[in-house]
Amino acid sequence: MMARGPKIQIQRVAKSFGAPGRAMPALEEIDLDVAEREFVCLLGPSGCGKSTLLNIVAGFLAPTTGTVLVDGRPVSGPAPERGVVFQEYALFPWLTVTGNVEFGPLLQSRPAAERRRTVDRYLDLVGLRAHADKFPVQLSGGMKQRVAIARALANNPSVILMDEPFGALDAQTREVLQDELSRIQRVEHKTILFVTHSIREAVYLADRVVVMTSVPGRIKQVFPIKLPEVRDRFAPEFTQHESDITRVLREEVAKVRA
Amino acid sequence: MLWSLLSGAVVVLKLFNPIFLPGPWLVLGSVLDMAVRGPLWIHLAATLERVAMGFGAGAALGVALGLAAGHLTPVRNVVEPLVEVLRPIPPLALLPMFIVWVGIGEASKIGFITYATFFPIFLTTVTGVRQIDPLLVRAAQSLGARGVALFTRVILPAALPDILTGLRLGVALAFFVIVISEFIGAEHGLGYLINDGRNFFLVPQMLGAAVVLGLLGYAGNGLVRLLERRLTRWQHPA
Repeated sequence: MMARGPKIQIQRVAKSFGAPGRAMPALEEIDLDVAEREFVCLLGPSGCGKSTLLNIVAGFLAPTTGTVLVDGRPVSGPAPERGVVFQEYALFPWLTVTGNVEFGPLLQSRPAAERRRTVDRYLDLVGLRAHADKFPVQLSGGMKQRVAIARALANNPSVILMDEPFGALDAQTREVLQDELSRIQRVEHKTILFVTHSIREAVYLADRVVVMTSVPGRIKQVFPIKLPEVRDRFAPEFTQHESDITRVLREEVAKVRA
Repeated sequence: MLWSLLSGAVVVLKLFNPIFLPGPWLVLGSVLDMAVRGPLWIHLAATLERVAMGFGAGAALGVALGLAAGHLTPVRNVVEPLVEVLRPIPPLALLPMFIVWVGIGEASKIGFITYATFFPIFLTTVTGVRQIDPLLVRAAQSLGARGVALFTRVILPAALPDILTGLRLGVALAFFVIVISEFIGAEHGLGYLINDGRNFFLVPQMLGAAVVLGLLGYAGNGLVRLLERRLTRWQHPA
């Protein structure tokens, strides 16, 4: 690795949808750098364009203006260096758990023995070794999302983009998976951009929380989270961060309602 | 059972000449007789060969063009209007035209099956490809799948259940149209047997051939279902 610039550089990115002339702006002038190994959460009221921004970094959408650089190179489409975890899991239903996790290594024509090691390693990491031969229809939501995380990691991307990955799960499962993701990140040290609308989730996971405004989305305020790696949801410093962010976010939610 | 009772009632009550509705045993006897003497197998083989070749070509064409039209917009823009114009015309209405163009030989019979089976297979394949969850495509792309790999590893397996439904419809249709095309200018085949039975008033032979056709259609459907169960086990794993 050469220059030690930011891993992800989002430069004056704006996006509007619809025909030119009566286009609806969704994002306005976003500037954001994410350092290597940093965990950044995008937080904002629903419809603020945080998922749009994630999709632009993933390469699924082209920005109307501005550019996204990863390792200094402009993003022009989806690529295996940027793994994506979706809220709806997006597992391939015709492949087993193993088949899904193996998908990336198989495309890279890795030898069978190496693929098996990779699959074993990541299934162990997410605790699903015993379910290796099951099909996605046989799994619960939490298990599906674990498979999706293992699938993304097994492809060895340097960046992982997560779009409300725990949004469809019940409260208990959600906290369990937050614990697991936090543990995985202490092992894997990926650069993670994570979209959520849960303040608790953001404070629990992130190194920095980026609060966005309501439509059209802009960056309202950035909160560095100065908490230990292993976090306690009931510590006074944790709740202090929560209430700080809540206060700022509430103004934006009120604007949407008005 | 019902057939046996019905034909019995016809005899007992003298409703009409029993020759119009021979009992099941008489029909079975006629089938066995044809089987033992040999002609049944010749006709069966002729029909099966036409169905296999016609359906095979129709399936290959329907799946290939369907995949292309579903995946590539320019292909869809060319093929779909053509299909939409021809599809509402019942294939049987075009049978005489086929004979005028291609003659009454094997080629026209096989070609006709191909033509008729193409439509359901093409349409379900296009639907299958177009209904793929775009999220699966995005997931595959962000794992590094592009071009041919994206097609063979994601689009094809995702569309497979719909393709198999099309094949099942196609098999049924193949047996449907082969009978009629064997009525015209054939010297062998189960359809020929029925028509021959009509000419010479051999009612047991007519019904016997119909029963054999029914069994063939049932077996064909079962074969595709078996294929379906094997290939889409992931939908209902044990």
